[in-house]
Amino acid sequence: MSMPFYVSPEQLMKDRAEFARKGIARGRPVLVLSCADGILLLAENPSSSLHKIAEIYDRIGFAAVGKYNEFEGLRQAGVRYADLRGYSYDRGDVSARGLANAYAQTLAGVFTTEQKPFEVDLVVAELGTGPADDRLFRISFDGSVSHEVGHVALGAGAEAIAKRLADVDFSALGLADAQQTGREAMGLAADTGVEAALLDRSSDFHRTFRRLEGDA
Amino acid sequence: MSGFGPAFLTSTSTSFFDLVSTLRPEALPTTTGTPVSLPPEGTTVLAFRTADGVLMAGDRRATAGHHIASRRIEKVHRADATSVIGIAGTAGLALELIRLFQVELEHYEKIEGTPLSLEGRANRLAAMLRSNLGLALQGLAVVPLFAGLDASGRSGSRGARDVDTVGRIFSFDVTGGKYEEVDHHAIGSGAGPARSALKRLWREGLDTGTGVRIALEALTDAADDDAATGGPDIVRGIAPLIRTVGPAGERRVPEEEVLAAASALADARMRGEEAP
Repeated sequence: MSMPFYVSPEQLMKDRAEFARKGIARGRPVLVLSCADGILLLAENPSSSLHKIAEIYDRIGFAAVGKYNEFEGLRQAGVRYADLRGYSYDRGDVSARGLANAYAQTLAGVFTTEQKPFEVDLVVAELGTGPADDRLFRISFDGSVSHEVGHVALGAGAEAIAKRLADVDFSALGLADAQQTGREAMGLAADTGVEAALLDRSSDFHRTFRRLEGDA
Repeated sequence: MSGFGPAFLTSTSTSFFDLVSTLRPEALPTTTGTPVSLPPEGTTVLAFRTADGVLMAGDRRATAGHHIASRRIEKVHRADATSVIGIAGTAGLALELIRLFQVELEHYEKIEGTPLSLEGRANRLAAMLRSNLGLALQGLAVVPLFAGLDASGRSGSRGARDVDTVGRIFSFDVTGGKYEEVDHHAIGSGAGPARSALKRLWREGLDTGTGVRIALEALTDAADDDAATGGPDIVRGIAPLIRTVGPAGERRVPEEEVLAAASALADARMRGEEAP
């Protein structure tokens, strides 16, 4: 009987992480930021029907970079989780923290036990009553979660985008200004396809997510 | 491993009802055996087409036998941005069915990224009623009335119309039968008098103000003859619940506005005149 080669756990994890990182770094950037009017989600996306940003629940939005089929499956799982929880308890009992937790557990499980890790990075954003109460969670391919303040960028050039926005105070900016600043930081040309959506702080209905058409 | 269970990640269904039935069937309304006492029931909901789309109105009374169980129950609800649902029958089940239906529509919209067609929504509702057949046979029946704007421009049994959007009304029976109604319809124990009033007063191209008055006329007639239907209660300030769907979406007519129209109608009836 032949013995498999021994690979140290450190090496195994390193290889997997490198593989996932490579896939994610190829993805076009996504930027989520909380401004005075709500939480703005921006994604460079040439397609108008394969979305990278989406509604999960009343005050919770979702943004992702990486492999489409993988994050689309995760998005649908999130919608199922949120709707089931909201129906069993109350709409107010669905929180981004619980959802981020479930995503983290799932991604961590796949990262350590499956043949191939998910090549995705996610943001789960929850709208608060003011910019200070907004919650932005970033969940990485290996299941690590971080709580970001003000803005979070994913995908190609994410660090450069975050650096450019380090000194901007979005909590004072309205929607139009925030969108302008965000686009500039992402380095997008005027004719680049952009997907934009807002979790609207001034919405009259319990569902606050709306896509921003046209202007893009 | 915690996180999402396998059903969350591998499901291919767009139906919330299917999801609950698989994962948490105990959350669905079911009862076994015959109920020991009469549960509260709701009555008289009507709907008709207007110039803009549709209008639906319902009284606010729930009864249990000869006892008035509630004066403020709400039987007409927003289903989604372009449709409304009203319900007559066992109140507890009816309200739960509405909640389930609302989540069902929202769930489809989020999973698919686009709202379900009006006909599709009516078919889903019929399927949900059918799955409740066991309850109907125990005497706990729920019959909804569903109305909304059809963006496809189809107008069902009434043939093609040269407009982009058109209001459509669907009624159902306890076995899940779905019937499209022409122009106007009423359900519940006060449906007889309400339908007579609508037949007499309804005409093509009604504006919202006139629509509210006609709905109140019909509900007042129903309350006159049916003990289980409550008319406008001006003393307590409880008005029938009226919702409209137009090109700008679903809207609830403010209660003060309905109360004012109800007082005007009562004054006119006292003087023996036609309402303004």
